[in-house]
Amino acid sequence: MKPKIAIFSLTGCEGCSLAILELEDQLLDILEAVDIVNFREGMTERSWDIDIGFVDGAVSTPEDEKEVNEFREHSRTLVAIGACACIGGINTLKNHQPSSEYRTYVYGDNAEWFPTIDARPISAVVKVDYELPGCPMVKEELLRFVKCMLTTRPFRPPNHAVCVECKKQGNLCLYEKGIICLGPVTRAGCGAICPSFGSKCEGCRGIVSDEALAAAAVNLREQYDVPLDRVLADMRLYGAYQGKTLP
Amino acid sequence: MKNVTIDVKHVTRVEGHGNISVRVEDGEITKLHLAIVESPRFFESFLRGRHYSEAPHITCRICGICSVAHTTATVNAMEAALEIEPSEQSVKLRKLIVFGEEMQSHILHVLFLAVPDFLGVGSVFPLAKTHPDVVRIALRLKRLSNDICGMVGGRHIHPIACHVGGLTHIPRDEELIDLKRRCEAARSDLEVVAETYARFNIPDLTRDTEYVCLKATGNGEYAFYNGNIVSTKDPKPTKVADYRKRIIEEVVQHSTAKHARSQRSPSYAVGALARFNNNYDELHPTAKKAAENLGLRPVNCNPFHNNTAQLVEVVHCLESAIELIDEILTRGLKVEPLRQPTKYGQGAGAVEAPRGILIHDFGVDSKGYIEGANLIIPTNQNLANIEADMRAYVPQLLESGLSKQEMTLQLEMLVRAYDPCISCSTHFLDVKWE
Repeated sequence: MKPKIAIFSLTGCEGCSLAILELEDQLLDILEAVDIVNFREGMTERSWDIDIGFVDGAVSTPEDEKEVNEFREHSRTLVAIGACACIGGINTLKNHQPSSEYRTYVYGDNAEWFPTIDARPISAVVKVDYELPGCPMVKEELLRFVKCMLTTRPFRPPNHAVCVECKKQGNLCLYEKGIICLGPVTRAGCGAICPSFGSKCEGCRGIVSDEALAAAAVNLREQYDVPLDRVLADMRLYGAYQGKTLP
Repeated sequence: MKNVTIDVKHVTRVEGHGNISVRVEDGEITKLHLAIVESPRFFESFLRGRHYSEAPHITCRICGICSVAHTTATVNAMEAALEIEPSEQSVKLRKLIVFGEEMQSHILHVLFLAVPDFLGVGSVFPLAKTHPDVVRIALRLKRLSNDICGMVGGRHIHPIACHVGGLTHIPRDEELIDLKRRCEAARSDLEVVAETYARFNIPDLTRDTEYVCLKATGNGEYAFYNGNIVSTKDPKPTKVADYRKRIIEEVVQHSTAKHARSQRSPSYAVGALARFNNNYDELHPTAKKAAENLGLRPVNCNPFHNNTAQLVEVVHCLESAIELIDEILTRGLKVEPLRQPTKYGQGAGAVEAPRGILIHDFGVDSKGYIEGANLIIPTNQNLANIEADMRAYVPQLLESGLSKQEMTLQLEMLVRAYDPCISCSTHFLDVKWE
């Protein structure tokens, strides 16, 4: 029996669902090996008998909360894809402002018409079996995950910092150019794509470990004399919900 | 049929969550809504307090399909606010990545989301079995478009290298040469697509409509990257900075969704058909030929032909990308530092996103932090017009004696023809639904 796959979206840009369609070279082979049974963005049919449910987007409204429980209930395996689903993502920026303020700024007098709650990763609401982080999710990692599932091998996310991959790419460390980069604390798996294209790591794949965080804090202070509140402000971009601070 | 109620929860094969609701009693439409039920996002709120340099990487996260457009609109707006003159090289690379995204988005929409309706299936997936050649071509074209974006920006979804003041990466000559070769090879693929598309039966719905888009200022280009605001009913150009004179956003009592109107029309349309209708003269000759073969002439007021106009634009973007790559190669690329602000203030910028004119407007304080943001999204601008089209289409459908199921499909196809991008539209909108 081919595994039955669903792709769901909560609050987000749906870029991670789209990233699945960006596996152009492998898509036809994948479609031979699985049945996609529920994918609102791409198909009309909707079945609720699901082996693996992928979810992008954060839980950011009461409706999201209800829906993610439904997805969990109907999916034997639930996979969070992308920064929003895994760590709350960019949606969590609103959590730093009083809700009355950010709602009124956008909706004025009609603020109460639009229910919203603090943005959270889906693991804050339901049990999540696997996480494929990143903004957007990394296609190659998805492919590796799909292969593991089809061959019933264990899937393990990388457990080291982006710096390791950045070194492998041969990039000059951005700190040497005076740029604050979150590579030292962020989970690898993206191939250090942002530093490779001249931009700092923004931490979209989440903090790799408390140990990396502790080591980075010392290093940034002692070697580069970086003001740590700047680093914290940068970490908020995707990771506000992680609630971690530099030790 | 005198009485019919149609409720579609979560229209499929569109980006984001929307519902269609129509009630006809005694032959009269008593209710007709396209409700947007996507979560509110609050981008304009949380942009405040972030540094201007982060803005393109934040706004691109509004939408996974048109993240290049959001990036580019932000860059244009910020460079207006900070009085930065981008280099010629930056402008060329930005235009190239915009071509890539227009192609990718249109191919995704026409071939993956809309075509299943014309072939009577629920998605593109079964077509892999029944029409493997066309599906393979579609995937190849999509891959090519993504690779154009990837070469310039690092990736298509949430591009990395595009910043206020310039780009932090330049493609290598070999990459440009290789992509040009692939673009040239794609011409025959596009011909096959056009031949296939020409066989489809496009529904007929013609309703007098105002079409709004950008028009290039004097350089003879089919405007994507910048220009002034024009419309088919009001061709006198308006500067993007004065967008509020042309685009009036209003809260609509019955749906609570902000809709847009112009000075002249209670609703208007943006997108590929709007650009085609206003900028036909500037289309690439090969694209004009494609339009002729598909029977599309300006001004066309059938919203279903937005799909056709998208296909014509793919041809235009492919040919323009080939020419632009040549220009870039002749000129040569060199690493340039990002240009810095010469003042801090307020500024608006625009781009033609795949779905239509997209305007960003920012205020930046004296330290470079964002004080205020306003984002005018194509899909919002289309919502009122989609409803107006539905209102015109329902009586036509009732008269033709279609079953409720067939009528529902026709209405879904109409919504899909606009290629709505609901994640975008609800960066600040939501609809309360009874």
